[in-house]
Amino acid sequence: MGGIYALIAVGLSLQFGVARVLNIAHGEFIMLGAFITWWFYTRVGINPLVSLAICGPILFTIGFILYRTLFTRLRTSSPSPAAFEGNSMLACFGLLFIIQNVAILIWGASIRGYSYLAVPVNFGGAIFAANRLITLGFAIVIGSVFYLFLARTRLGKAIRAAAQDPATAGFMGVNINQVLALCFGFGALMAGFGGTLISMSYNIQPTMGLEYTIIALIVIVLGGLGSIPGSFIGGLVLGLVGSIVTYIEPGLSLVAYYVIFMLLLLVRPTGILGK
Amino acid sequence: MRILEGEGVTKNFGGLTAISNVDFHVEQGEIVGLIGPNGAGKTTLFNLISAALVLTSGVIRFKGEKISGLKTHQICRTGVARTFQSVKVFSNMAVLENVLLGSLFGRSTGMSSVDATREAMESLEFVGLSAVRAIPAKDITLANQKRLEVARALATKPELLLLDELIAGLNPTETTEAMELVTKIRDKGITIFMIEHVMKAIMGICDRLIVLHHGEKIAEGTPREIATSRTVVEVYLGEQAYAGS
Amino acid sequence: MILIILFLLATLPLYSRGYTVVLLSSIFMYIIITVSWTMFSGPTGYISLAPAAFFGVGVYTSALLGLLLPLPAVIGMGGLASFFLALLVGALTLRLRGIYFVMFTFGLVELLLHFVLWWEVNITGTTGRVVPTMGNTAVYYIMLIIFVILMITATFIKHSKFGLALQSIGEYEEAAAHTGINVTALKTITFAISAFFIGAAGATMATRWTYIDPRIAFNPLISFMPVLMAIFGGMGQLYGPIIGATIFTYLEEFLITRFPYYYMLIFGIIMVVAILYLPNGLVGLTQKLRKGGLKQPHANT
Repeated sequence: MGGIYALIAVGLSLQFGVARVLNIAHGEFIMLGAFITWWFYTRVGINPLVSLAICGPILFTIGFILYRTLFTRLRTSSPSPAAFEGNSMLACFGLLFIIQNVAILIWGASIRGYSYLAVPVNFGGAIFAANRLITLGFAIVIGSVFYLFLARTRLGKAIRAAAQDPATAGFMGVNINQVLALCFGFGALMAGFGGTLISMSYNIQPTMGLEYTIIALIVIVLGGLGSIPGSFIGGLVLGLVGSIVTYIEPGLSLVAYYVIFMLLLLVRPTGILGK
Repeated sequence: MRILEGEGVTKNFGGLTAISNVDFHVEQGEIVGLIGPNGAGKTTLFNLISAALVLTSGVIRFKGEKISGLKTHQICRTGVARTFQSVKVFSNMAVLENVLLGSLFGRSTGMSSVDATREAMESLEFVGLSAVRAIPAKDITLANQKRLEVARALATKPELLLLDELIAGLNPTETTEAMELVTKIRDKGITIFMIEHVMKAIMGICDRLIVLHHGEKIAEGTPREIATSRTVVEVYLGEQAYAGS
Repeated sequence: MILIILFLLATLPLYSRGYTVVLLSSIFMYIIITVSWTMFSGPTGYISLAPAAFFGVGVYTSALLGLLLPLPAVIGMGGLASFFLALLVGALTLRLRGIYFVMFTFGLVELLLHFVLWWEVNITGTTGRVVPTMGNTAVYYIMLIIFVILMITATFIKHSKFGLALQSIGEYEEAAAHTGINVTALKTITFAISAFFIGAAGATMATRWTYIDPRIAFNPLISFMPVLMAIFGGMGQLYGPIIGATIFTYLEEFLITRFPYYYMLIFGIIMVVAILYLPNGLVGLTQKLRKGGLKQPHANT
C-alpha cells in the first residue's frame, strides 16, 4: 500500500511543486487508470501489468493536453501566481465532478473488481498476496526510474530548474510551458500507474478518487511540500501506518492519516524533507 | 535611552546563516541607517525585528522589554512600525482605507470610526497624500505608494519606524522630498531606523550608521567615520566599481 | 424595498403551493451556505472546501439531539457544534499558508464521513438515524429567519472595521499583520461564524429528510455547489452569491429530475468555464458592462 501511496504522492507533488496546480482531481485520474485497467482485463483480456504500459501513456496524454489547454490559459489570465494557484485548484474541483460523472456514465456507479495474482506468497517469513508484492515492487521500480530521470537527464534537470524558479529557468532557454505541461502529464502518469496497481489488489468504483486525493495530499505535506523524494518516502511511511491501523481497527485508516496531518500542522508543517 | 537593541541576533535558514550574532542598538530620537551590499541581510534583520521571521537565537528588546517571540501585530501595538522594500499596499482599497486600518488597529484600540478617520486624514496630510485619498492604491504612482506605506505606518502611532529602502526607485526630486519627510517624522519625536542604498541621501541625514556584510556587523559609527573606514570602503569598493559612482 | 420583499417572503406560505415553499427552503439553504462561505472566503481569499462538513455536523446534531431538546435549541446546537469545529480547524491551519487550509478543509468531509460511519458501525450498531419532522412550513420559516440573521451579520461585518481588515488580509496578509491586525484570530473567528450558519442550516434541513445516514449527511456536493454559486454570482458584493445560489438551485431542481446523471457533469463544466471566463462572476460582468467596457485606469495625480 505504501508503494501506491508513494507513487500517487509523487505525481501530485510534481503537479503542485512544479506546475503549481493543486490538482484535487488527482484521485479521479487514479480512478480512470483503475477503470481502464479493469476494462482491459475483463473485456479484452489484457494483463494488468501490461496495462501499466498502456494506462500510463493514456493518462499522461490527458494530463498533458489538459495543462496545455486549460491551465496555460489560466496562467496567462490570472493576475498573480497566488490567484493562479487558487483558480487552478478550483478548476480542478470542477474537473473532479466532470471526470467522476463521465466515469459513472460510462461504467455505472457500482463497485467492480477483478482478481489477478491473488495467490499467497511466502516472503521473508510472512505471507503476502502476490499482487501486493508486485505492486510494491513496481512502485519502487517506477519511483527509482523517475528519480534517476530527474537527477541525470537533461529534461529532468530542466524540470528541477523550473521547480525552483520558473522565470529564471525560462531565461536560460528552458521552454517553460512545455516543461510544466510535461510535469503535469507526468503527474497524471503516476496517477495512472497508481490506479492500475490499485485495481489489481482492491475493488474499485467511480467515487474512489476522493479518498486517494486526500491521502496524496497528506503524504505530500508529510514529505514536505515541494520535495519529490519527500513525497515518495512520505507515501511509504503513511502506507506502513495505514497497514498497522487497518490491522488493529479497519475503517479508521483515514482518521489515522488525518491525525497525523493534524500533528504535522501543529509541530512541523514543512514535513520531513520540506523547504 | 536605547529604544531598540539586539544582542546576539542570529538567523539560520536550513544550512544558510543569514544573520550571524549581530549586536545593535538605536537610541531614542536618532536616525540610524542600516547599510551594506546587496544580500547582506538588512531586510532580514528588519524581518526579525518585526517578527515577520523568527530568530534562531539572540534577543531583541524594545524600550527595554523583550519583543523577540511576540507576534507581528503585537509588536506593532507596542510601537514599532515598518515599511517594505517592495511596496505592500492594499491595492484594491482606497488610499484613505489603507491608512484607516492603521488608525483602527494600531496602538489605540476602541476608537470610534469618526476619530479613526480623522486621524487617518491627518496622517495623509502629513505625508502629502490628501488629494488622492479616494483613489485605489494600485492606481497611484510608486512614489505615492511609498508615501502611503509611511502614512499607514504612522497611523499606528509608532515610537520607532523602520523604513526599508524608502528611496529605491525614486527620481532625484522624489528622493529629496522623501528625505524631507524623514526629517519631519523625526521632528515629531519618532525614532527612525532605515535601510538604504543611496549613499548621498543617507550620509546627509543619519546620525549613525550600522554596516552589515554577509550577515555580520562589520562597522558602526557616524557617517564621517564610516565613509573613511577602510573596512567599509573595501567591502563597497566592488559595488562602487560596478555602479561606477 | 427590502422590507417589501421580506414581507412577501414571510407571508408566502399563506398564498402559494406547497411545492414553492419547499423549493424556496432549498434556495434559502443554498443561499445561506453560499453567503456564509463568501463571508469568509470572499475577502480573505482563503478558499474553504469545508461547507459540507459543517452542514453534515448540523445534520447529525439534529439527528442526535432532535428527540431530546426543543427544536430551536437543536438548531442552535447544530450551529454551535460547527462553530467549534471551525475554531479547531482554524486554529490548526490558519496560522499557516493558505494551501494547508484548502487541503485540510477538502478532506474534512470525507474524514467526518469515515469517522461517523466507523462510529455507527462499531459503537452504536446502527447506520442511519431517524430525525423528527417539523413540517415544511416550519422549515421554511426557520430558514428564512436564519437567512435574515445571516444577512444582517454579513452586512455588519462587511461594513465594519473587521470587514476592512479581512479585505486587507486578502490583499497582503503580511502588511495587514504589520498594521496591528491579529490576522490569525480574525480569520479563525470569521471562519467559525460562517460555519455556525451552515451548521444551523444543516440542522434545520435534516428534519426534512426524516432518515439520514453518514453518506447523506456528509455529501461533497454541498461543498462544491456554494463555491460554484459564489464564483458564478460574483464574490465582491453580498448579493452576488444570492443570485448565484438562486439560479443554481432552480437549475439543480430542474435538471435533477430530467438528467439525474448528467446534471453534476454539467455543473462541473460550468465551474471550469466560469473560472476561465468569469473571474468576477455575473456581478463583476454586469459591473464591467455598466461602466461601458473595460475600466480605464485612473490618471495619476
